[in-house]
Amino acid sequence: MSAALPADLKYTAEHEWLREGSPATVGITGNAAEALGDIVYLELPAVGTQVEAGSVIGEIESTKSVSDLFCPVSGTVVEINTAAVDDPSVINTDPYGDGWLFRVDVTGTGELLDAAAYAALG
Amino acid sequence: MTDARRTPLHDEHVALGAALVDFAGWQMPLRYTSDVAEHTAVRTTAGLFDLSHMGEIGVTGPGSGAFLDHALVGNLSALRVHGARYTMLCAEDGGVIDDLIVYRLGDETFMVVANAANHDVALAALRDRAGGFEVTVSDDTASTALVAVQGPAALSIVETLAGEPEGLTVLEADATPAALKYYACLPIRCAGVDGLLARTGYTGEDGFELFVPAAAAPGLWGALMRLGAPLGLVPAGLAARDSLRLEAGMPLYGHELDRTTTPYDAGLGRVVRLDKTDATGAPLPFVGREALQARADSPSTRQLVGLQGLGKRAARAGYPVLASTDAGAAPVGTVTSGAPSPTLGYPIAMAYVTPELSAEGTELAVDVRGRAEPVRVVTLPFYKRPR
Repeated sequence: MSAALPADLKYTAEHEWLREGSPATVGITGNAAEALGDIVYLELPAVGTQVEAGSVIGEIESTKSVSDLFCPVSGTVVEINTAAVDDPSVINTDPYGDGWLFRVDVTGTGELLDAAAYAALG
Repeated sequence: MTDARRTPLHDEHVALGAALVDFAGWQMPLRYTSDVAEHTAVRTTAGLFDLSHMGEIGVTGPGSGAFLDHALVGNLSALRVHGARYTMLCAEDGGVIDDLIVYRLGDETFMVVANAANHDVALAALRDRAGGFEVTVSDDTASTALVAVQGPAALSIVETLAGEPEGLTVLEADATPAALKYYACLPIRCAGVDGLLARTGYTGEDGFELFVPAAAAPGLWGALMRLGAPLGLVPAGLAARDSLRLEAGMPLYGHELDRTTTPYDAGLGRVVRLDKTDATGAPLPFVGREALQARADSPSTRQLVGLQGLGKRAARAGYPVLASTDAGAAPVGTVTSGAPSPTLGYPIAMAYVTPELSAEGTELAVDVRGRAEPVRVVTLPFYKRPR
């Protein structure tokens, strides 16, 4: 199985994680990355994009499948992980660290789960 | 939990940490570590596949050749002993029920290998068509394991196994794995039991498929893993198998082939042997002949093509092919398979398009989840191994 869920993060039912702060950082969970397989293409919103919690704001594509990327928070995208866009395999190898996706100046949040509640989703 | 059947190598897959997936009623390894790493290993060294879900159907008796000539579109009675042939089982209307590989094991003995998803319908169709022929059709799927070693190191690995005591002995005078031709097979003795070594595969690489009794599979798998690891052999799952066959331009039933598709649509009209004759030289009747003859004589309405993605987003099965990237461009076909190609580094797809747009170099587009992505028609296969 995948590594333990970091307890300091919040999660969504759509398998994103959120590290709260200003700005907040968003990624996808190790479980999600493992289910996708080797990620080969990542599409992220441009810096400056206004995003809304729960909306689709990008795509994550593996050799086997493609998955929508949902935004767990509302606000303005202030930074994207260009290294992960260039080499998305980092999302598989370090989903909670170097494999982060983008940062948002948060104005509101959607429904967020703690690690235990996310784990309970199975 | 799942009711899906387990292959004789289930414990090996679990011990290797495979991600298991239900496929055609079987619990199969999707991947062991990484789809791309397994794919690349097959292209550069070798991969080991458990294909025990495939259907093995035995056909024996003095009427075997005549029966297969009647039941299938190929000319199987002309197949030499220890030869193999890619062929199809078609319905009366010419639609493909399954694509198959037929191995001739002896004068009156054949083995038909069917897709797992079509095992039941293929077996039923063969039994249904056996009436009036001196032939026995047996389902040997449960008792047979199939392991494939695919990749440039496959021959060295099989030769290493043949060098081991009790490893693998070819039961044919003067025959060796190295001398075995593509689409040919040899009887072998392997860990004390009889089996079959075939130079066939579904990856676009050189490779072998080994058919052995189910009980012998774990021993064979273990020996291949032990002897093959120093030569770069890794276990490979269905995800790699699919991306490898796509790069090699090989059809997958349910995608490029189905009941509404004739072999001609798929560019595989060569497997339909309208020229096969009976003992008197008269055209031999076979199931689907009339419809296939009519289809061969009429202009095609769609053509299977390869599409090279010019952007980064991959076309996937079911996506509409469009005449151009312009807004409102007309639909001109449908994608049957697609993925980012690990070997080539760009998206590839196969699709049915209208024949006038099937020429190499034609610029088209695919509707990838609401956005038109540019693609170009290219000649299949996308990938051809260096020789």
